[in-house]
Amino acid sequence: MIEIGIEHFLVVAAALFVIGIFGLFLNRKNIIILLMSIELILLSVNINFVAFSRFNGDMVGQVFTLFVLTVAAAEAAIGLAILVCFFRNRGTIDVEDVNVMKG
Amino acid sequence: MISQDLQIVLPEIFLAIFAMVTLVGAVYTGKDKTASLLTWVTAAVFVILGLLIAVNGEGTRVAFDGMYVDDAFSRFAKVVILFSAAAVLAMSQEYMSRRGLLRFEYPVLVSLSVVGMMVMVSAGDLMALYMGLELQSLALYVIASLRRDSVKSTEAGLKYFVLGALSSGLLLYGASLTYGFAGTTLFSGIIEATGHDISIGLLFGLVFMFAGFAFKVSAAPFHMWTPDVYEGSPTPVTAFFATAPKVAAMGLFARVAFDAFGGTVGDWQQIISLIALLSMYVGAIAAIGQRNIKRLMAYSSIAHMGFALMGLAAGTVAGVEAMLIYMAIYVTMNIGTFAFILSMEKDGQPMMDISSLNMLSRKEPAKAWALLFLMFSLAGVPPFIGFFGKFGVFRAAVDSGLFWLVVLGGIASVIGAFYYLRIVFFMFFGKENDGLDVKMNPVLWVALMGSAAVVLVGAANLFGIVPAAAAAAQALVN
Repeated sequence: MIEIGIEHFLVVAAALFVIGIFGLFLNRKNIIILLMSIELILLSVNINFVAFSRFNGDMVGQVFTLFVLTVAAAEAAIGLAILVCFFRNRGTIDVEDVNVMKG
Repeated sequence: MISQDLQIVLPEIFLAIFAMVTLVGAVYTGKDKTASLLTWVTAAVFVILGLLIAVNGEGTRVAFDGMYVDDAFSRFAKVVILFSAAAVLAMSQEYMSRRGLLRFEYPVLVSLSVVGMMVMVSAGDLMALYMGLELQSLALYVIASLRRDSVKSTEAGLKYFVLGALSSGLLLYGASLTYGFAGTTLFSGIIEATGHDISIGLLFGLVFMFAGFAFKVSAAPFHMWTPDVYEGSPTPVTAFFATAPKVAAMGLFARVAFDAFGGTVGDWQQIISLIALLSMYVGAIAAIGQRNIKRLMAYSSIAHMGFALMGLAAGTVAGVEAMLIYMAIYVTMNIGTFAFILSMEKDGQPMMDISSLNMLSRKEPAKAWALLFLMFSLAGVPPFIGFFGKFGVFRAAVDSGLFWLVVLGGIASVIGAFYYLRIVFFMFFGKENDGLDVKMNPVLWVALMGSAAVVLVGAANLFGIVPAAAAAAQALVN
């Protein structure tokens, strides 16, 4: 039976964070996947905050998590709204078609 | 206790309430018919608030147990933010209403993002920092895609959103590591926990947070969103992106660097020096091939952020002072340049290609000379204030031993001068062509001529902003 320490939580969070970053950069298919990757990044941060808060015995991290959750919801709403506008103009949500401007 | 705290955040509370009241008020009255009036009222409120902050503020006060700081540094940044936002709003009214773009949400969203910026520069805690940053960013994502029937504008909004959210994620990850290893989110607690020898966990937190800030100030190597967002957004929105948010993000950058990690200047000095160096060269070299003036201004702003970061990299009071003066000068020059870009039209359609400036001096000598002053100032040619801005950051960097950075920065500024001078060349010695419409809105004319006059006359004493910037830098670093 292994003792679950803070390093286990940090490793999980770091893994989720890296998966999120890779999802953003390697994904060539769909913009919705980008939004999911962003959500994954924010959730990995939340795991970090809660783990630190628990192991440091300090409530501030959990308060921060609540703020992050709220902002993440607002962010997703705005992202989807912009995506809907983009789809109306362009007729597609493929990442490869976000290319009217070079760069 | 609480009433004292509320008094310190009164400007932000007032502006937030103002934004919400105008939003609801416009919905229940004339909707978009009120937009013009609302834009002017919002601009007036910004100016009055800026004057009140400039006149009334004194000393350093902290609210909410140190989560929120009102000192000379935050006041300087707030005044610059409020005045530049007011100028951009005044400039955008006519342009937007003529194109049917002026929705009442525009001034409301600008007010909300300004509230976010004011919170950013006053943040004394990671939570206040994050909330301010997100309030600003979320409002900016929306106004980037304000022209919602245009592919370019929505694409700009989408790119800005995805990369902005990524940068917020990086910053938050850094904040979580900092919180974990310092045990607190207060900057005053972080600086105590750091001491003079930073632990590896805190160093990771610092690097992630700085990467997030570099995204927000569009410094290389995190600059890739800038040209596309600048090109795709409606021009008044681009003018806004190039001014107030840059000041706020730079203020936040300095705030975290000194208030939270001020004990270990040597550790972040290398990071910021590298970012500054890359930005100066990316901005100078990548702009050479650009024909679209909005993309060109995007690269120009990347290069200018590099110079401003050089002041921060110095890590001294003089460096912060030079950085603040540089940002104020940069905002002034950009307002004038964008006033001109807003008037670049042919038969009523926006014309963003720089070759349309050919022989402008023959048709409109006054505008051509004003733009010449601004371009020389942006390039950093001596009699104009742009030179004094660069001189200030160079001197601060030399004084703290970053001689190599100054030499390389000087070379970058010479390379960058090429594209500014090319615009001047087109205006005075270019080929004959049909040229642009002569008509110019009086507000834009005043902004262009005013800022051209400022870059020329300001060389005398920089309008006395030096003592204010010095006091601000003193308040931050000590």
